[in-house]
Amino acid sequence: MNSIVMLRRNFKHIARNPVSVFNAVLMPIVVMLMFVYMFGDAFSVGVDYVDYATPGLMLLAVCYGLGATATAVNSDMTKGIINRFKVMDVSRGAVLTGHVVASVLTNLVAIAALLGVAFLLGFSPSAGFLDWLGAAGLVVLLGFATGWLTIALGLAAKTPETAGLASVPLVMLPFFSSAIVPADKMGPGLKQFAEYQPFTPIIETLRGLLNGSPATGTLLAALGWCAGIAVVGYLWASSTFKKRA
Amino acid sequence: MTDLAIKASGLRKAYQDKTVLDGVGLEVEAGTIFSLLGPNGAGKTTTVNILSTLIKADAGSVRVAGHDLTTQAKAVRAAIGVTGQFAAVDELLTGQENLQLMVDLSKQANKKSVGDLLERFELTEAAKKPASTYSGGMRRKLDLAMTLVGNPRIIFLDEPTTGLDPRSRRTMWTIIRDLVADGVTIFLTTQYLEEADQLADRIAVLDQGRLVAEGTAAELKRRIPGTHVRLRFATDGELDAAARILPGSTKEDDFLRVPSDGGTKSLRSLLDRLDEYALSAGEFSVHTPDLDDVFLALTGHATEVSAK
Repeated sequence: MNSIVMLRRNFKHIARNPVSVFNAVLMPIVVMLMFVYMFGDAFSVGVDYVDYATPGLMLLAVCYGLGATATAVNSDMTKGIINRFKVMDVSRGAVLTGHVVASVLTNLVAIAALLGVAFLLGFSPSAGFLDWLGAAGLVVLLGFATGWLTIALGLAAKTPETAGLASVPLVMLPFFSSAIVPADKMGPGLKQFAEYQPFTPIIETLRGLLNGSPATGTLLAALGWCAGIAVVGYLWASSTFKKRA
Repeated sequence: MTDLAIKASGLRKAYQDKTVLDGVGLEVEAGTIFSLLGPNGAGKTTTVNILSTLIKADAGSVRVAGHDLTTQAKAVRAAIGVTGQFAAVDELLTGQENLQLMVDLSKQANKKSVGDLLERFELTEAAKKPASTYSGGMRRKLDLAMTLVGNPRIIFLDEPTTGLDPRSRRTMWTIIRDLVADGVTIFLTTQYLEEADQLADRIAVLDQGRLVAEGTAAELKRRIPGTHVRLRFATDGELDAAARILPGSTKEDDFLRVPSDGGTKSLRSLLDRLDEYALSAGEFSVHTPDLDDVFLALTGHATEVSAK
């Protein structure tokens, strides 16, 4: 299977150049320590702050991993590696599939590390086994969807630097959602933006699942957004992959 | 009928309103080296990209290794190998891992070939070092070795020696000759007339998206001004006098062009003849034809892409 060969290549890259993954794993933890440990007592959200913030930070952890994916895809594109694979008789999607899977696995490692720190800070979810399974599934779906979108960004960018830059909005977007503080505590304008942007229903669903009380409405919105992002990302990535030489 | 490895006709490609290829047709016999010669921006890389299935032409038909390029792209890819203008090696992997990656992805390769290729391209010592530490010449060699893993019958080499030092260039030439000796067909693009001259069975000259000449090196050279001597004199009188006594010479602007083979014997007799008539040139230089001369002769303009 060509995709397995490509995935093995991605793993070797991560092993040789671990800085990018360190970044993806450490940054969310730093943000968590900053908000929960430093500001946590200053926020009044009705529940223990670490319980409120952890689901949002899980999403943040997914987004932080994307920068490395965008840069890696772009360097494959600009250095001619992708062209090399394209003129070989190999499955054309394999190189992109390898990047997506590596990206999702990086996300899972980052989230596992984040959850470990969250538990140390007193995180006490009331989720049952099925809720955890649902949360894991949603995180994988989110990583997959944003992963494809990031790959499209990486393929379309002219240089690895611009590719890294193009993923910054994805990293910033969680801050303007209900990840850190509830949307109804924000100023007008920002409040509406936070309520309707795609990450909010995803965070609310995660929050619900980890509280053991998932709400169907936000779940459907979350799944819809993930599916939409995945389709747009996949189509954009495929057409850029075909056209750009 | 001869066996054609590549047959293309009427290739056109434009990006927005810029025409890159304007009706290019070419035929490459199996087991030969075909060289596409042209300056930067002539459309060489675009031609290679089209012939190697990387991009689609706007118009034209191509058969590579007997397969139609548009309907049987997969079969074409299985038959070809491409080494692009910039060595496409994975810098984070070692030389050996780069080759192994190609072996893992290729259907035709056999397991032994990694060690063989490393040895053949003198990369055994560096095999365990990451490709990012390789010199330009080593990268090109690794790139070509990676291309050879699938045992391609037709190999596209896009400017394989641009940016290489003279020694690495000669090594690359030897490698290319060995490949053809094994029966492989080579499609080579180059900016250097000397390279085409050294390697190619047939040369096509590409200029601004059109083929302006095609033939063997000898045929092309007959069409361009040969080696000659340029003499510059202090006065027009001396220039005219020299033109009268030197057979075959022509006046150009303010200098005299005298055909010569560039050898010491003919140069000495030329100088002796000037002495005989007490003429002395202020400037003396020997010119051998280069790509600029070919272009000037074939297209009437210099190799720089003129601003339109």
